[in-house]
Amino acid sequence: MIFTLSEEHEMIRKMVRDFAQNEVAPTAAQRDEEERFDREIIDKMAELGLMGIPWPEEYGGIGSDYLAYCIAVEELARVCASTAVTLSAHTSLAGWPLYKFGTEDQKQKYLKPMALGEKIGAYGLTEPGSGSDAGAMKTNARLEGDHYVLNGSKIFITNGGVADIYVVFALTDPASKQKGTTAFIVEKDTPGFSIGKKEKKLGIRSSPTTEIIFQDCKIPKENVLGKVGEGFKIAMMTLDGGRNGIAAQAVGIAQGALDAAVAYSKQRYQFGKPIAAQQGISFKLADMATNVEAARLLTYQAAWRESEGLPYGKESAMSKLFAGDTAMKVTTEAVQVFGGYGYTKDYPVERFMRDAKITQIYEGTQEIQRLVISRML
Amino acid sequence: MYSIFDRAISFSEKNQQAAESGDHMDLDFTKEQKQIREQVIDFAEREIKPFIPRMEQGEFPRDILQKMGKIGLMGIPVPRNYGGQELDFTSYILTIHELSKVSATVGVILSVHTSVGTNPILLFGTEEQKRAFVPKLASGQYLGAFCLTEANAGSDAANLKTRAIKKDDHYVINGSKLFITNGGEADLYIVFAVTDPALGNRGITAFIVEKNTPGFIFGKDEQKMGLHGSRTRQLHFENMKIPFANRLGDEGEGFKIALANLEFGRIGIAAQALGIAEAAFETAVSFSKYRPTEQGVSFKLADMATHLEAAKLLVYRAVDLKQRGIPCGKEASIAKLFASKTAVYITTEAISVLGESGYTEEYPVERYFRDAKITEIYEGTSEIQRVVISKHL
Repeated sequence: MIFTLSEEHEMIRKMVRDFAQNEVAPTAAQRDEEERFDREIIDKMAELGLMGIPWPEEYGGIGSDYLAYCIAVEELARVCASTAVTLSAHTSLAGWPLYKFGTEDQKQKYLKPMALGEKIGAYGLTEPGSGSDAGAMKTNARLEGDHYVLNGSKIFITNGGVADIYVVFALTDPASKQKGTTAFIVEKDTPGFSIGKKEKKLGIRSSPTTEIIFQDCKIPKENVLGKVGEGFKIAMMTLDGGRNGIAAQAVGIAQGALDAAVAYSKQRYQFGKPIAAQQGISFKLADMATNVEAARLLTYQAAWRESEGLPYGKESAMSKLFAGDTAMKVTTEAVQVFGGYGYTKDYPVERFMRDAKITQIYEGTQEIQRLVISRML
Repeated sequence: MYSIFDRAISFSEKNQQAAESGDHMDLDFTKEQKQIREQVIDFAEREIKPFIPRMEQGEFPRDILQKMGKIGLMGIPVPRNYGGQELDFTSYILTIHELSKVSATVGVILSVHTSVGTNPILLFGTEEQKRAFVPKLASGQYLGAFCLTEANAGSDAANLKTRAIKKDDHYVINGSKLFITNGGEADLYIVFAVTDPALGNRGITAFIVEKNTPGFIFGKDEQKMGLHGSRTRQLHFENMKIPFANRLGDEGEGFKIALANLEFGRIGIAAQALGIAEAAFETAVSFSKYRPTEQGVSFKLADMATHLEAAKLLVYRAVDLKQRGIPCGKEASIAKLFASKTAVYITTEAISVLGESGYTEEYPVERYFRDAKITEIYEGTSEIQRVVISKHL
């Protein structure tokens, strides 16, 4: 067994860490406050090759693996969870199904510009009446000659409005429910496609979350992703990998909060010594660090398994469940370590705490992860 | 700032090279390690399992240890020229893990015997001492024990009271030790005593003491919550004479010896915790398979599985670092803290999953529950692990 990362993985970590520190961190609090997405940051990430880490070079990627991708998401989340989820949704939720199920033409046309960062991807599955129960979806696609006509709407779409390419799921055979679901590639300028309500959120506020609406939206047949009727399978398989990106985001948030709490506790003096030297705080920090390490190993294990071509569904559900809970716990404790200061916007820990909550919800709630895991025992 | 696009091709090539040189993540065991694990599982099922009721009645598994000696389990990491198997640390930990899954009692006996009974002699002994004692320990002819703890010196080892006074060609030792695993059953004891009270930590010296030494008295046999087949005793030394030849290391080197290689024992106990937790988890899963299971139970199992997986990764990460000689004080403490907490948590939950049945001796989960608690206490309490971890932050 070898648990240490290769030199190349460490190199990616260092590069993303430097980038995150210099280019992402300085505006993170302000973007959160203003609920502002910054395309310039994405453009810079594209220059570094971060928008297509696991994809082969012929599709514009850097030919690395899922572990490297998770490390990048983690390092971004350490300073800004919003930027991390932009990359995660772009890579795992839109890039992955295109890479796995796309035709050569589709990969050249859609995956490549995404990997190069010229275009941003998004994923549309959730509807008002179908969240965890994806089988209850209403959006439908009617075949008319050489195209499908989509009607319906999707909600809680990460990168909604800023994405150029959407992988969306619609019923092509409503009577067959899950087996009548098909995946489509939708470009943002397609007539009949529009962006609806933009959500105001507790956290990840500089990552836009919107509704997307289809009104007699015509999608050419060649934009069916995978086979007709294969949509539900594609959606679920996509989420397996996506979970790991969210686990990496959660690990990053937790690490950011831990770092802040450790640094603060060393310079905060009470009763004549730093609070870091008092067991009420130092033991808390030890428990936080222990959980972060456990969450990181679970996340890397799942990413490593995916990179090696081993089954990873159970492992990614475990990593997301544990890392999400760890992010919530560690950020809450970090605010506690900071005391009153932690509750203010002068320090980043309140933002980390707000951002952490979503990792227990999206890409399958914690309850769904438990369902996935328990079925595999 | 540089782009990794320019390096895309060399990136793939380097990954290839890394894979060939072994310098990349690989979370699987080697074929040899897996074979050893299979042998241990087989041995535990065949030889240990039937003996559990007798151990639960308090019987020490002497015969089992003899058999373990015969197949090489009493000296797994010991070099071949001292009669051991010279296998890697991973194989040793896999052994503790799998033995503990069947019997935490056998797991701790082996852990203490190897990590603190045998190891200090290998690390600090003279060639003569190694030749005299290690082959006996590695073959199972001798069982080892470690005597540091006293009534007022537990986590704070510097507070020892046991005295060793030099006289002619020997030392005279007086004092008492507490909570000595394998006490009374072991044939060889590493004993720590104060040779110079003025020097504090630096006035402690280690000695090799054999069982039948005059003045060496076995005291109270502790009645414990768990680990029923293992012995935990008080030891008394009354004008016990130890020849110079049996001093381990230099005078004043005792504290260093006691703290050296601390990770070895900590990771061993973490593996014991892992074995207990895994056994409880598997019992809970198989129990629930025969009953209609609601989410109240299945979600509990999912949480248990997740914590178990995390504990496993933390333990074997520490093992990997230790085996490759990379400093792992923090990682070993993290592994022990998390694995022992997980063992207590999972065994508690396993009883809940089995309900009333879990509370009876019909099922092994109440034993797992009792055995789990000690892993949060010995080889450094969880509080001590937190002290260690927080110092690294």
